[in-house]
Amino acid sequence: MTTTSEPKTTDKRTNTLVSSDKAGAAVDRGFAALAKFAGIFILIILAFVALFLSWNSGGALYQEDEGLIIGRFLNYAWPFALGTVVVAVLALVMSAPVAIGVALYISHYAPPRASKTIGYIIDLLAAIPSVVYGAWGMFVLAPAMVPLYRWLNQWLYTWPQENLGFGIPLFAGSPGLGQNIFTASVVLAVMVLPIISSVCREIFIQTPKLHEEAALALGATRWEMIKMAVFPFARAGVISGIMLGLGRALGETMAVVMVVSGLGFQWSIISAGNSTIPREIALNFGETAPNSERWHQLIALGLVLFIITLIVNMIARWIVSRHKEFSGAN
Amino acid sequence: MSQTHTKPETRRASSASSNGTPDPVEQAAQLVRPNTIAGNQLPSWFLFATAAIGAVAGFVISWLVTGFQINYALWFVFSAAVFVVVSYLITRAKQGKRKATDGLWRNLVYVAFVIALIPLVSVIWSVTADGVRGITAAGFFTEDMSQNASQSRERQIHEGERPMGGGVLHAIIGSLLITLTATVISVPIGLLTSIYLVEYSRGGPLSRGITFFVDVMTGIPSIVAGLFGAAAVQVVLSIGNQIGLWSYGPGNYRMGLTAAVALSVLMIPVVVRTTEEMLRVVPNELREASYALGVRKWRTILKVVIPTAISGIAAGVTLAIARVIGETAPILLTAGMLNRVNWDMLNDAMMTLPVYIYWTFTHPVGVGELTYLSEQRAWGAALVLIMIVMALNLIARIIATIFAPKKTGR
Repeated sequence: MTTTSEPKTTDKRTNTLVSSDKAGAAVDRGFAALAKFAGIFILIILAFVALFLSWNSGGALYQEDEGLIIGRFLNYAWPFALGTVVVAVLALVMSAPVAIGVALYISHYAPPRASKTIGYIIDLLAAIPSVVYGAWGMFVLAPAMVPLYRWLNQWLYTWPQENLGFGIPLFAGSPGLGQNIFTASVVLAVMVLPIISSVCREIFIQTPKLHEEAALALGATRWEMIKMAVFPFARAGVISGIMLGLGRALGETMAVVMVVSGLGFQWSIISAGNSTIPREIALNFGETAPNSERWHQLIALGLVLFIITLIVNMIARWIVSRHKEFSGAN
Repeated sequence: MSQTHTKPETRRASSASSNGTPDPVEQAAQLVRPNTIAGNQLPSWFLFATAAIGAVAGFVISWLVTGFQINYALWFVFSAAVFVVVSYLITRAKQGKRKATDGLWRNLVYVAFVIALIPLVSVIWSVTADGVRGITAAGFFTEDMSQNASQSRERQIHEGERPMGGGVLHAIIGSLLITLTATVISVPIGLLTSIYLVEYSRGGPLSRGITFFVDVMTGIPSIVAGLFGAAAVQVVLSIGNQIGLWSYGPGNYRMGLTAAVALSVLMIPVVVRTTEEMLRVVPNELREASYALGVRKWRTILKVVIPTAISGIAAGVTLAIARVIGETAPILLTAGMLNRVNWDMLNDAMMTLPVYIYWTFTHPVGVGELTYLSEQRAWGAALVLIMIVMALNLIARIIATIFAPKKTGR
């Protein structure tokens, strides 16, 4: 079994440590079984989470007296699912270029002696709890964004509306205090930045020195070297880092809860309203009676979120495994 | 393409010395092609000069655009734009397209770094500026909020020397208790699992499955973990209630233990991944030396492998604690909130620092102007929480470096 690496001894007279040590062998087997059980226990927990969520989601799709009510659930859930995806994607669009830039700065542009310290400073961003970001977004960022929203509203909605007869509905409505999903996505962008940039940094650093030096020796400028040697090597890792950030942004709760006000769905991203799945769960779960339809609906929303993040993580993993042979991402 | 500062003399001299005779073709080539190695260099202060130009021009533009007001955000945006464009144009005129592209991307990378620093500085500034006032208020670390809640509006405003008093003692106690319990649940499971993965499994389907699903677990959104914890405890309580094990109903799910269970779901994968990495770097020679002395496998693991990796394991566990102690959403769903100290993990809701921060900001206590005291307390709690998380990160680093196994003397 697991004890093959022990020397087999036949001399029972002298070696009492190994051969005649029945109790020791039992402990050995027991410890192995314990370790194995701990591993299986994790699988059980995860299976329990998945089963539990799916089982209790059932009540949102089927009620005994009404039959199938999938339509009602979908009608209830789609604004939240859409809001979640929109906020996360907006956050990534803002965050990914900056994060890659920061990673490049640390790996290839900063003075070598300072780069480690700078890396720590960026990692500090990851150490700040999400509720603190939420408070910052609520009190500092949201008021600061209001002028931008007024400007967007003026020039992308009101002005075209009056002069062309059609304004972009994304920028309709009054910005109020700036507590909208656009501000939330800026906060999320700040939160996922250190995640993406630390993954990218690790991979940029692993670029083979010989490739870089070969490019430079051929007369490439630093940017050409990065384009020819670093990016091809790091592509898969960068994408998986971005996916990791996306997974985080999809599941982030507190920043959205604290920054966004209003509930109903609307097309505008710069005025109060709209919501995300985590926000809906966090705001309502406490007041919901177990086993009511609302309770089942909230758990089903959780399941939807779980599945979305699962798919995102799977795609990231698949990208990494596809490019395994020539990249630092594994 | 302009070339004003090439140094054809030196170039010709070197080519003459290597070839012996000056090559007429090369001489002709030098007339049309600038010497890109030594010549056309921009002075070292060029970057600072363009940055200064950008700052000034950005200020002027933002000043004009806003109707003669100072707007820091616009100032930064226009400065960055002017800096990037001006330095690109000058480099392009002086050094050609390739160098200009190189410089452009370098500048963009610099700008990205500055952009990343802005929120960091802003967050830390706003937390410390108000937080210091919060934590220096009397009773911040020694009182809970129960006195505050019982004060009537008039008393709060007119009576008492400290209107709207109160502190975060209950939140700190709750955070520590819940995190400690979550650690006690997660560390044995996580550590034993990584021992199984590293020491016992031989790449079979079980170990591959565990590795895969631990990765899946890392991606569970924290709110889903909280949802699972709360709903699972509700179901367990109602089953136990129905078969007569206890008198708790599903409504009694708000307790510290539920939160600890939810946090464990988030913590276990972190512990497994970090400790697995640490166990894997333990040199095989140590295990073999131990086996050669006839020591049993479990003793080898407990007495040789784990002591060798203990610094890394401790650092990993500390980082895992740092990760979950700042979690808000799962605790909000499970332990809820309370305004007094509660030491009982099995009874009644429990306040924690993150939930305290959230709740105080969104539901400030007090009337009119007095809400600022409440906000100050919340910033103070945020400062305490950041301090704890950063201290844990620092401790993890210190453990990892100081107690790392000696590399020499093998």
